[in-house]
Amino acid sequence: MTPDYARLYDLLRQVTGYIYPNEIEVHWGILVVVYPYLTGLVAGAFILASLVKVFNVQAVQSVYRLSLLTALAFLLVAPLPLLLHLGHPGRSFEIFLNPNFTSAMAMFGFVYAWYLMVVLLLEIWFTYRRDIVLWAREEKPPMKWIHRTIALFSNDVSERGLAFDKKVVKAITIIGIPSAFLLHGYVGFIFGSIKANPWWSSVLMPIVILFSAIVSGIALVIILYMVITPMRGQKIDMKCLDTMASFLFYTVIVDFSLELLDFIHRLYQSEESIKILSEMVSNRLFISLVIIQVLLGMLIPLVIMVAIRLFRFEEELRKLLYFLSVILIQLGIFATRWNVVVGGQMFSKSFRGLTAYKMELGGIEGLLMTLALLVLPLLVLAILLKIFPAWDLPKRALGGEAVPSA
Amino acid sequence: MKNFLQRFPDALVRLAAVFVVLIAVVLLVRSLLPASWTDTRLQRQATIERETARPVRYAGSDVCADCHEEYGVKRQGYHRNLSCETCHGTARDHADNPMEVKPSLPRLREFCVRCHAYDRSRPTGFPQINPAAHNPLKACITCHNPHDPKPPTTPQECRGCHAEIARTKALSPHVLLECTTCHAVPVAHRTSPRAVLASIPKEREFCGKCHAKDSAVRETPKIDVVTHGEKYLCWQCHYPHMPEIK
Amino acid sequence: MERRGFLEKLFAVALPGGVLGLLIRRAPARAEGYEASAHYYGMGIQVDKCIGCGRCVEACKDENNVPREPFFFRTWVERYSVRWRGEATVRNIDRALEGPAEVGGEGEVLRSFFVPKLCNQCDHPPCVQVCPVGATFATEDGVILVDEKRCIGCRYCIQACPYGARYLNPVTEAADKCTFCYHRITKGLLPACVEVCPTQARIFGDMRSTASPLTRFRRMNKLHVLKGHLNTEPKVTYADLDGEVR
Repeated sequence: MTPDYARLYDLLRQVTGYIYPNEIEVHWGILVVVYPYLTGLVAGAFILASLVKVFNVQAVQSVYRLSLLTALAFLLVAPLPLLLHLGHPGRSFEIFLNPNFTSAMAMFGFVYAWYLMVVLLLEIWFTYRRDIVLWAREEKPPMKWIHRTIALFSNDVSERGLAFDKKVVKAITIIGIPSAFLLHGYVGFIFGSIKANPWWSSVLMPIVILFSAIVSGIALVIILYMVITPMRGQKIDMKCLDTMASFLFYTVIVDFSLELLDFIHRLYQSEESIKILSEMVSNRLFISLVIIQVLLGMLIPLVIMVAIRLFRFEEELRKLLYFLSVILIQLGIFATRWNVVVGGQMFSKSFRGLTAYKMELGGIEGLLMTLALLVLPLLVLAILLKIFPAWDLPKRALGGEAVPSA
Repeated sequence: MKNFLQRFPDALVRLAAVFVVLIAVVLLVRSLLPASWTDTRLQRQATIERETARPVRYAGSDVCADCHEEYGVKRQGYHRNLSCETCHGTARDHADNPMEVKPSLPRLREFCVRCHAYDRSRPTGFPQINPAAHNPLKACITCHNPHDPKPPTTPQECRGCHAEIARTKALSPHVLLECTTCHAVPVAHRTSPRAVLASIPKEREFCGKCHAKDSAVRETPKIDVVTHGEKYLCWQCHYPHMPEIK
Repeated sequence: MERRGFLEKLFAVALPGGVLGLLIRRAPARAEGYEASAHYYGMGIQVDKCIGCGRCVEACKDENNVPREPFFFRTWVERYSVRWRGEATVRNIDRALEGPAEVGGEGEVLRSFFVPKLCNQCDHPPCVQVCPVGATFATEDGVILVDEKRCIGCRYCIQACPYGARYLNPVTEAADKCTFCYHRITKGLLPACVEVCPTQARIFGDMRSTASPLTRFRRMNKLHVLKGHLNTEPKVTYADLDGEVR
């Protein structure tokens, strides 16, 4: 790639104070913001699905399969921003071949492979196996062969087989929860373990990132449920929606408390970096942090959800408020990732200056690519829903009778 | 075998088969890869070899001594601690091919001014001039041989090397005092400034010569040398080159 | 689905892999008789001697093919102006001094000096710790190198360095940094920045050798390191380092 120095000269003019000369280039840009956002959604959607299996929350049963497929769709797209960001994506296999075991980033390959192969794919497979076998019997090619291949040509729908499926799903979900924590938590560790950067270096970093991920994941499933259900011509199950919103409420409270704790802790300890960090928040991150992350992304949704609990709003109003809240929450969590990643590079490690980040429109690290990466998982989800329908199960059973789903 | 496998659920058997194949493929591929791909030690050895094979551009001073007598001239003068390449740039190519490749020969004022212009951040004792006032129309090498840059006359004033101090003192009440009023400067200090140092006053009574109540000097602020400032030395509060306390 | 992608990737790299293997066997050897384990290099910086001429920055770029633009530095010089009231202001010296020291900041300057910076070749390097593929590593003689053929350009090491010493080379798209001019020191030469420094503000030496100038430097001066609280154990030590320096 030919170097783009004009952009750097431009940035040089926006520097205030003193930065180390090598710091002018913002190394982790929008692509590295998108990656934790995507894996966060994976972890969050999976945790929601786990609520059904592990804690037997029947009210959200109807979104169980949707959550799993959402997690898979986002997981498949997640490595893409990373590959695009690397200077040498063709060498990325080196992480698998010869990893440096002291590096948190090297763990990505193994954690990702574990989560994809052993947790998510297996859980989806065992959940759907019975239905796929039954569908394949009466479908026409090519769907017939797609389903038969996915089922590994199994034809077993005996009691014994189904009981085994159920047991395995429960076991995988139990393993899956800490695995999901690891998949997204290690990203927090990547940032939290860098002692050179006081904005990132914190014990709380993996925890905060994880909880904000759970918030965004649950919010995403709510959005998808509220959008897809009318598209299918069905009515939204308010019990399901209210329960999901409850869980969202609890997680938002925890997330908010953690971020508040981090804020108070920093101010109270008042370490050397506090001056430049305050300057950075008020000059470079004011809109993305104070306005979008805190006000719009956290406080307003909190107020809305508290209001819903205090006052009995009628169904249509609740739906509107929920929808508004989850959209704001998504914006807020994306802004959170932005503030962590980009914020950590806006101030100099000399603690004497601030730099700037300008995202471009086109190019690999541009706005258009970002939007494409955010839309792509939805397209993948659409394809997955075609192969693994998450609803209408009873109608497609053998002989037209209702067959109880897994 | 079939009986054994039938004891397990059908789904499990099929899945296990897929995983076994996957793992086998991974292991097979890994074993087929050349050692240079998997052996860290080999890769690092290769890196070290690649790094050490990089071309050298600066030859190092001793190489110049083989052909150029200026090296001997430089060894005695003020520029003895400079490498030839500090001014002449990279010379490895020239050393390998002396007739066809020549290093640079700086002759313009800007070149010397880069090191020797007065700048307040430069350490005291480093020779600094004001380029606008110091023979501005002449090239530096007209008077100063770059290999033995002794000026035509040794610096008459301390200001040539102690520019920051001179400028500070020029704005202070001590402006009319010669440097030699307080500092005894051996003649050798001008030519070997680090080996032979000027003296500095050591007692309160020294300042008392002008500032004590019974001093013969008029027009100086007077204090009681015994009690003023308790037991401290004068310059612990009053910077001698700008003695007013702010 | 994943298997097919894996096989495709495999083929795409097996071919150049074989070529790479051949190349490695033909890489040139290091300097004859050089025993890495007999040396352990470090650098000393005498802050009070630096005149901020920037020749070290230029020489480094010459010797090591660093892009000339002001965004990539293996070494650089900072100018500090500590004010009477208020904070210190710092500027970067790119090639030569630009403008007076008083630019920026408010209030009169109390003291002012230059500080050269470079990779500290830490003994406990955070960059080596975080590289996912182990492309950056420490040699036996104490220098941290980057394998530009293995580096995947993730920039984690650049984030982890507390000193801002690393950058992404726009030509190789791999991480890059000062190597103490490894290709020179293994042949008994000095790093380029040390070679051209006119005031000997930079002292390079072998910590295993009692005769090296670095040993004298370490004996005669009170030494500091940058950001000692981060426990990176730098091998670049500073004499007379001001507390304002970060």
